[in-house]
Amino acid sequence: MGSDVSAAHGLSRRELLALLAGVPVAGLVGCGSGGTFDFEGELLGPDLSFGHRLRDGWRPAEPTVAAERQRVVIVGGGIAGLSAAWQLRRLGIQDYVVLELDRRPGGTSLSGEGAGFQFPWGAHYVPLPMKENASLVELLQQMNVIVGQGDDGEPIAAEQFLCRDPEERVYHDGAWTGGLYPQRGASEADLGELERFRDQLHSIAARRDESGRRWFAIPMATGSDSPEVRALDQISMAEWMAEQGYASARLNWLVDYACRDDYGLTIGQTSAWAGLFYFASRLRGDGSESQPVLTWPEGNGRIVQFLAAACEDRLRLSHGVTEVRDQGDAGVRVRAFDTQSSQTRDFIADDVIFASPQFLAPHLITNWRRSGRTLQSFRYGGWVVANLWIKDRPAEEHGGMCWDNVIYDSRALGYVTSTHQTGLDHGASVLTWYKPLLDDDPRVSRTELMRLSWRDWATVIVSDLQRAHPEIAALIRRLDVMRWGHAMIQPRVGFVWGGEREAAAQSLGRIHFAGTDLSGVALMEEAFDRGIQAAEKCVS
Amino acid sequence: MIDRAPNYLLYLNVLVIATCGLIYELLAGTLASYLLGDSVTQFSLVIGVYLSALGVGSWLSRYVDKRVARTFIEIEIALALLGGLSAPILFVAFAQITWFRIALFGSVFAIGILVGLELPLLMRILREHLDFRELVARVLTFDYIGALLASVLFPILLVPRLGLVRTSLLFGMLNAIVGIWGTYLLRPLLSERGLGALRGRGFLVVGLLAVAFIKADTLTSWTEEVILQNPIVYSKQTAFQRIVVTQSGGHFQLHLNGHLQFNSKDEYRYHEALVHPPMTMVDDAADVLVLGGGDGLAVREILRYPSVKSVTLVDLDPAITSLASDFGPLAELNQQALSDPRVTVINRDAFVWIGEQTQKYDVAIVDFPDPGSYSVGKLYTTRFFQLLKSRLHDSALVSVQCTSPLVAPQSFWCILKTMQETGLDVRPYHASVPTFGVWGFALASVQPMETDRDGGFLLRNELPAGLRFLDANTTMAMFDMPADLTPVDAEPNRLNDQVLVRYYEQEWGAM
Repeated sequence: MGSDVSAAHGLSRRELLALLAGVPVAGLVGCGSGGTFDFEGELLGPDLSFGHRLRDGWRPAEPTVAAERQRVVIVGGGIAGLSAAWQLRRLGIQDYVVLELDRRPGGTSLSGEGAGFQFPWGAHYVPLPMKENASLVELLQQMNVIVGQGDDGEPIAAEQFLCRDPEERVYHDGAWTGGLYPQRGASEADLGELERFRDQLHSIAARRDESGRRWFAIPMATGSDSPEVRALDQISMAEWMAEQGYASARLNWLVDYACRDDYGLTIGQTSAWAGLFYFASRLRGDGSESQPVLTWPEGNGRIVQFLAAACEDRLRLSHGVTEVRDQGDAGVRVRAFDTQSSQTRDFIADDVIFASPQFLAPHLITNWRRSGRTLQSFRYGGWVVANLWIKDRPAEEHGGMCWDNVIYDSRALGYVTSTHQTGLDHGASVLTWYKPLLDDDPRVSRTELMRLSWRDWATVIVSDLQRAHPEIAALIRRLDVMRWGHAMIQPRVGFVWGGEREAAAQSLGRIHFAGTDLSGVALMEEAFDRGIQAAEKCVS
Repeated sequence: MIDRAPNYLLYLNVLVIATCGLIYELLAGTLASYLLGDSVTQFSLVIGVYLSALGVGSWLSRYVDKRVARTFIEIEIALALLGGLSAPILFVAFAQITWFRIALFGSVFAIGILVGLELPLLMRILREHLDFRELVARVLTFDYIGALLASVLFPILLVPRLGLVRTSLLFGMLNAIVGIWGTYLLRPLLSERGLGALRGRGFLVVGLLAVAFIKADTLTSWTEEVILQNPIVYSKQTAFQRIVVTQSGGHFQLHLNGHLQFNSKDEYRYHEALVHPPMTMVDDAADVLVLGGGDGLAVREILRYPSVKSVTLVDLDPAITSLASDFGPLAELNQQALSDPRVTVINRDAFVWIGEQTQKYDVAIVDFPDPGSYSVGKLYTTRFFQLLKSRLHDSALVSVQCTSPLVAPQSFWCILKTMQETGLDVRPYHASVPTFGVWGFALASVQPMETDRDGGFLLRNELPAGLRFLDANTTMAMFDMPADLTPVDAEPNRLNDQVLVRYYEQEWGAM
């Protein structure tokens, strides 16, 4: 099947798969006419048809019922929208609705369950917030995740939600070693650079600007925007590493891995601001260790469930917003199409919180273009997340699966063991495999993402995991593949402090914006903060 | 000509051959005793089969008509391969226990035949160059000297230094070298045809055995450390662990993943110490929880109390609890405890299981393996003890096995500290179990513990009848910690920071 993408790349399908898997063509399993798998699965993804129809000019019929009056309408039921709803309720506002296109809330923090297992389909952890992030601390207290505070006022998490030992391991040079940095076989020079890098991060974490703000803080809006900090956005993380004299291949791998893991970008694509933000924002700067990680078997789906339960009566699922129109004194009209009943509904609100990715704003907000805003630098990366149902764990000589299991020689990110946090250390489990698409042009990634079949993805995933677990294919019972076309905002060089992002975060009249893309980095804490801030704007 | 070769070289040849032959016999006998137990029977059978095979070999030598020298060299190379690989192959075969005996006696018989062929053929080769009387005297002398050498070297030097597998491979190489050497020494008696191929085969065998010699560690890593102490009577690889039961001096020992769990000789000391302090502190304990302890030995002690109505045993591995009820010697030792109608066996990970429960218990006995891995270490965390505490009545008591406070003091005190973190009132105690040495336990209560006037252990209720180790005084004395078992600093063990696993590795790893 000659397709445009492979033709453009001059690649055969087999070579394209090999490229995606990062393995030699001969290493691909089940590839070609004879290859079959003993397991089945599904190709999943958010419903794109609605958005694409809208993009191509389709509009729903006029509503047949009168418009519903609401104090606030929230467009989008991901973390940002649900957080805004949570905050509205804290501010005493009860009459609001959350409109979500999908049948389930959560956006990219979606999770799944079945046969006694729970597993993430996207975001799957949050570093324990520092005390300054008071709203998030409050949310986690309500969830009984934070159960107290230390003498220094820093929150204390309940033990069962902190990522359990052994946290992570990396498969390097034919063996697993504990931690993300491949210690085995590292030279004196490698280890020296690692230590210097760590020291430098601690000192960066301790830096304050003239106004006393930390260089890097979570949420990023509370960090510094001084010229020296903004300047970091003008070079790539790879350039910064080179400038600082970091030549160790292992250290550069570690930083590249961090960029791919958190942003879906390579070290060369990521802005140095974002690269340093990843490490420094989790350090207190007093020499203490990086903030511990909170996680759940279903990942951040746990947070989604809590937030969704808190606004259950106000949550309208399967409601795709088709238009947001500011009608002046008559309020803001939000038109939504109920995809279940095929009914059009209008809502009139005093304020609207647009908690959806920015790339939708020009399509949904009437007269958006008149605002003079542009979104040229907003790029969203594609991701593939697969859940592998395994009958049993691969046999291993020493120890076993960690929470996070990374393969050094792979462009994928490895897998997370969903049962890790439950204490189930033997037998069946569900492994969640992550891979960002790293092309320079995200549109190419999205085309590939949508073009490949389930069998193609199964081939890519099994070939990738076979490097570390040669017998994995026989252990898989089921393999489901989720394709996220616009999974994450990409903090490429120049984006975070380039101006467009800051402008996009400003309200348009009574339409307030929320969404992690307004922070330039895709983090639960940022989505949450943007939701909180948007809710505050409704009452000011 | 052959008679130009110095005589001592020929006799050295005989010496090596004789040594190799006896080494193979000793290896087979030792392996059979280690792996099958009952060394008298195994050695008798191996010697009998081997000697009869020698006879068969000698008899077969009469059918070797032509090319005697070449046949001799072929036999040396075959023997090198078969004898050299005998121990490694038998170790591997042991995993397939059903045909292990066939493999064992088959190889003993085959080696015997080849060794039986050696000397008659060699004597026929030498016959034309030596006076017969002289020949018989010298060859047999060196044959018996070789036997002596083998029997002295084997126990003193070879087994302790090289182990069974490497000894086997080393003598295989010697045998092959004799063969290769023969191609030079007996050169005049050999035809040119195929001589290169013969030598090539010899070198190939030496090379093969040398590679195996270097790689022998991977094969014997689990076997030698466990097996070489005592013969194995049962072994099974389950999804969770490797279970091995060994036997010595009329007693048997259970090993999990190479770690000794108990010896039937003195386990009563361990289990009485583990069970009776909490059981006597609670009046009329009715519902008892046992976590770990799938061998049923702690349950045996619990069932001595007539007040007990239910015992819930939670052990990860069904193979262990099946062993406890179906393996004769163990079922006898635990007095069929797991078949008692009051006992319920649950094969789950205790960490997951306890988080799902609502029932409360009067006494809990915690008898997990030592915290040598993170998956066991989670069973000694503040989180786990918190969950356990929520499953206890206010009047309840718990005892926990806590590894050796003498060998691993930081591990021991870390477990106590971890328990204290959850608000339990915790007391350390210890007992001497000869097989293990000084062993440590913790006794804990939900309410502050009742003590005697001096703050020591109060024996609240009488001990049951039939105990072999504990009486009132011994019980109280277990709670006096001597000067070498005083507390050391340790952090509590948490799920997200399992310091205990690291302490344990350091302390036992240093042993």
